[in-house]
Amino acid sequence: MYDFEFMKPSSLDEAVAALAEEDAQLLAGGQTLLPTMKQRLAMPSKLISLKDIPDFSYVKAEGDTLTIGGGTTHRQVSEEAESAFPGLASLAGRIGDPAVRNRGTIGGSLANNDPAACYPAAVLATGATVITNRREIPADEYFQGMFTTALDEGEIITAVRFPIPEASRYEKFAQPASRFPMVACFVAKMNGGVRVAVTGASEEGVFRWSEAEEALTATFSADALEGLAHPANGMISDIHGSGEYRAHLIGVMTKRAVLHLT
Amino acid sequence: MTKVTMNVNGRSRSGEVEGRTLLVQFLRETLSMTGTHVGCDTSQCGACVVHVDGQAVKSCTMLALEADGAEVTTIEGMTNADGSLGVIQQAFQDYHGLQCGFCTPGMVMSAKALLAENPKPSEEEIREYLEGNICRCTGYHNIVKAIMAASGQQVEPVAAE
Amino acid sequence: MPKDGGIGASTKRREDVRFLTGTGRYTDDINLPGQAYVHFVRSDVAHGRIRSIDPSTAEGMPGVLKVFTSKDFEAAGGIPCGWQITSRDGSVMQEPKHPILAEGVVRHVGDPIAAIVAKSREQARDAAEALEIDIEELPAVMNMREALKDGAPQVHDSLDSNLCFDWGFVEENREAVDTAIREAAHVTTLELVNNRLIANPMEPRVAIGAYDMAADSHTLYTTSQNPHVIRLLMGAFVLNIPEHKLRVVAPDVGGGFGSKIYHYAEEAFCTYAAKVLRRPVKWTSSRSEAFMSDAHGRDHVTKIELALDADHNFTALRTETHANMGAYLSTFAPAVPTWLHGTLMAGNYRTPLVYVNVKAVFTNTVPVDAYRGAGRPEATFQLERVVDKAARELGIDPVELRRKNFITEFPYATPVAVEYDTGDYHATLDKVLEISDWAGFDARLEKSRARGKLRGIGLAHYIEACGIAPSNLVGQLGARAGLFESATVRVNATGGITVMTGSHSHGQGHATTFAQVVADMIGIDASQVEISHGDTANTPMGMGTYGSRSIAVGGSAMVKATEKIIAKARKIAAHMLEASADDIELKDGAFTVAGTDKSLNWGDVTLAAYVPHNYPLDEIEPGLEETAFYDPANFTFPSGAYVCEVEVDPETGKVEVQGFAAADDFGNVINPMIVEGQVQGGLAQGIGQALLEACAYDDDGQLLSASYMDYAMPRAYDFPMFKVDSSCRTPCTHNPLGVKGCGEAGAIGSPPAVVNAVIDALHRAGHEIPHIDMPMTPNRVWSAIHGGAGPDKDGETMEERSVGA
Repeated sequence: MYDFEFMKPSSLDEAVAALAEEDAQLLAGGQTLLPTMKQRLAMPSKLISLKDIPDFSYVKAEGDTLTIGGGTTHRQVSEEAESAFPGLASLAGRIGDPAVRNRGTIGGSLANNDPAACYPAAVLATGATVITNRREIPADEYFQGMFTTALDEGEIITAVRFPIPEASRYEKFAQPASRFPMVACFVAKMNGGVRVAVTGASEEGVFRWSEAEEALTATFSADALEGLAHPANGMISDIHGSGEYRAHLIGVMTKRAVLHLT
Repeated sequence: MTKVTMNVNGRSRSGEVEGRTLLVQFLRETLSMTGTHVGCDTSQCGACVVHVDGQAVKSCTMLALEADGAEVTTIEGMTNADGSLGVIQQAFQDYHGLQCGFCTPGMVMSAKALLAENPKPSEEEIREYLEGNICRCTGYHNIVKAIMAASGQQVEPVAAE
Repeated sequence: MPKDGGIGASTKRREDVRFLTGTGRYTDDINLPGQAYVHFVRSDVAHGRIRSIDPSTAEGMPGVLKVFTSKDFEAAGGIPCGWQITSRDGSVMQEPKHPILAEGVVRHVGDPIAAIVAKSREQARDAAEALEIDIEELPAVMNMREALKDGAPQVHDSLDSNLCFDWGFVEENREAVDTAIREAAHVTTLELVNNRLIANPMEPRVAIGAYDMAADSHTLYTTSQNPHVIRLLMGAFVLNIPEHKLRVVAPDVGGGFGSKIYHYAEEAFCTYAAKVLRRPVKWTSSRSEAFMSDAHGRDHVTKIELALDADHNFTALRTETHANMGAYLSTFAPAVPTWLHGTLMAGNYRTPLVYVNVKAVFTNTVPVDAYRGAGRPEATFQLERVVDKAARELGIDPVELRRKNFITEFPYATPVAVEYDTGDYHATLDKVLEISDWAGFDARLEKSRARGKLRGIGLAHYIEACGIAPSNLVGQLGARAGLFESATVRVNATGGITVMTGSHSHGQGHATTFAQVVADMIGIDASQVEISHGDTANTPMGMGTYGSRSIAVGGSAMVKATEKIIAKARKIAAHMLEASADDIELKDGAFTVAGTDKSLNWGDVTLAAYVPHNYPLDEIEPGLEETAFYDPANFTFPSGAYVCEVEVDPETGKVEVQGFAAADDFGNVINPMIVEGQVQGGLAQGIGQALLEACAYDDDGQLLSASYMDYAMPRAYDFPMFKVDSSCRTPCTHNPLGVKGCGEAGAIGSPPAVVNAVIDALHRAGHEIPHIDMPMTPNRVWSAIHGGAGPDKDGETMEERSVGA
């Protein structure tokens, strides 16, 4: 990789100040950024580690919300969210592999917004709120296409606040090589209705499958999905699966999530 | 260059590194501890797994400077105090859980992390846990057996006449 | 029961201790004082003309010592090919030059154009980005059928066409085969692809060149399966270094599976550059680089026709194959689709007439060479698939169809020029049916159905030719090298033994197994025997480890050398015991005069050999060291029967292997634990080929599966526990240990078993699908069931790739 200056600020303000420099970049768990840099596909002049920022890593349940610090690892979420929000804990416990889960963070994953990342599905399906050093961003506005988010320059994800669903389930069909989701669906039965978010499938990144949401809000059963098929246009087509196949898997994974919950 | 200091297998070790120096490079090149291996550049093969502050990490996907002040355990630190093979290492030998040996350090370190979390894992749990460790020689059969045996569970003995 | 350390014991591996404690010594663990690092600048286009290279900026970058291009290698030869094939028309194969660095034209993505040597790895890479290269992109040809058409882009302008050779075997059988197929009661035809694979040993390749000016001698440390072969090829053909001035060391090697047999440009580069720069030069491949510079494997497209008479006897077999050579000929490449493939097309069956046609084709892809099994998996796959298809078409039991056609009498001369010495195919079949609980399948099927899953069971047999093989025979077949093996047995004064073998261990456990053999022959503890290998400086000669040949050929050389040791020691003992050598018995490490209690220990005799005070110096030389070269009389012929059981998820097309049983006949077995481990590893690679692995290029020649993000490596949860049995044993008749070799069997027999199982599962669910190409990815299986679109570019469709026979 290209060389860079490494710094580890001890406060959020210090990190924000450092981030104002040209070509400075945040380093969370590094599980995506460092491989990208090894391929020389990223060239930051300064890497700002978030590791020493206080109160950045936590899982807190309060009433019907669960708030997770931006620097919280997947492993912590999988262990500490288990009682309050098992659907999310299960998702976190299946990201990457154990060593990756020990380093990768929720903030890093959401800031990157890989079209095959797991977390975006839970955030979008629950209508969670992404909290930054400047503002709060609703999930429906946060994800803006493959590797694109609502985050501005110099903005740092400090936490994510999830409304805890009545029931939720993440079903993942792994791409055979990377074992990232080829298609994965998060079904969340919320107070005001059912939301379904799909990751891995679309060229535009994570999205909501509104037809399925309507059907499941009307009747929360797998039968309600009968006859519904997601169209194939806009779906990723590659050596692992055609767009048509991915579209088909959206139906299967959604149905399986519902079956798990009913 | 920046100075980095970490406790590796119980000894304080320091060295001068660049920002871009990976933890695995610090171990292999600065400290000449070549037991930790590099088998890929996409953080998937797991030949480089070490423990940092008690947790398994891929040392090819962590900067040396991120481990400043940390407790690091590598394959070189897995033997008993008298130099004999530790329980997991011994089980890998007893059940032929390695062939070329290249993935082995990462396998042993991952197995150690698994058994710390889950002292009596099922066969399925072991296979799931090894998602991030690729072996091309063994077909994983004897690795799974070795880890089960290391956790004190009954396994079929090795082939005999 | 054997002793703990002798032949037949599952002795624990002694090499494990260093691998388990992080004290192994792999090539990348070696760092020489003052070493520099090379970064290869590789082509990012599949085909192009190099208009210019301007090194001036790169040369001025920090730490850069030199920028090399092909101009620096004008005196060097090309990377040689070790096998020459003759076409049907009598012409020899077309053999283009394979330069160390591209000479004006790049021919595949990854083809090295220039090499930058700098004081650090990162400096070399930084400078690579400053190297100005102007390339005119040319049309690339990826598809073999397209490559053979008139007007296709030519991979090499210097050749007549993209056809390397057109091989017919056995040419004299051709008409008779055609007639038999025309007149057969039934003919089953199948077209299939044997998918291109990448070997992916976990240790990427590494080379370190060093030059000793005082002695004018070179040393190369390299990740090789056969250091002597590298010394010969690189010294004699590429760099013109005599063998006594060149030492090649292959220390601990992290797996090979064929990909580390070949002599690679990077080895020659480092050796040469070390002399130019007067400092060691090191190259460590990244995994991404390995994907486009390690030789690939397989990549055959085949049409096979099996003729049967009314009683279901096989009467003739005809195949036509296109074999991808890639852009250049790798070391063994031409031998793989020909002699390692055509000679095995009779399989385990009495088919009297066989004709094999192979067209080897150049394309703008990485060179293809032997990968675990090499030719034999391709032969086995097509044969076992067509036999299964024939059974289905005729409505008969695939087990019975095989049994009916098995060869049962040995030795058996096949119509494809080899003679099987021993085998018992009914025995391995019986065994695999037993350990797979074939009879209990229906109950398991019901359980799967209750869970909404399809279930199928598949059988495959295999025969392979191992222990490659008599030098005089392979010479006639086009090999440009001998295929013997050597060993030196050095007995020390106090009785300990060092064996220096030309075989190379890169995971096979030779240090343990070979010691078991020598210890058993003498009757001493195996801890008294040390195995040394991997260094041309201490082993007389060696052809290395591939083709499951180590114990059969290397082991036999070691046995012969040990026999010489024992014969000499017996004479010394006879002198010391004042008896005739004919009366001396060696048992449990003691020499005894037959019928008496007069006896000497092994150590007494070895000491006398080196302290020859009371010694017949006029009759016997002092010392106890012997060398033997062993050249086998024939190939060995391991065989076996494999059963795979799968579940298919009809909604997603995902295949799960629920059970896999293997019954192999390897002849005698030295260490059953190690043999089973070899089979398990081979099964994983074969199942990986069947379900997961594919090397894919797009139409422009870009490698799509260029990292583990897109090349699907099998993980632990892709497999069940295997059932492996090697108790069926018909010992080889022509080597001293009666062994056959076990390294490749698993990868040879498993792919057709998996595919047969999936086709069976679909059949039982009412889907009559004749074939699905490997890898049977979820998308492909789902498409086969539901007719939807398959994945992009993971190998062309059969129609596009058809050999067009």
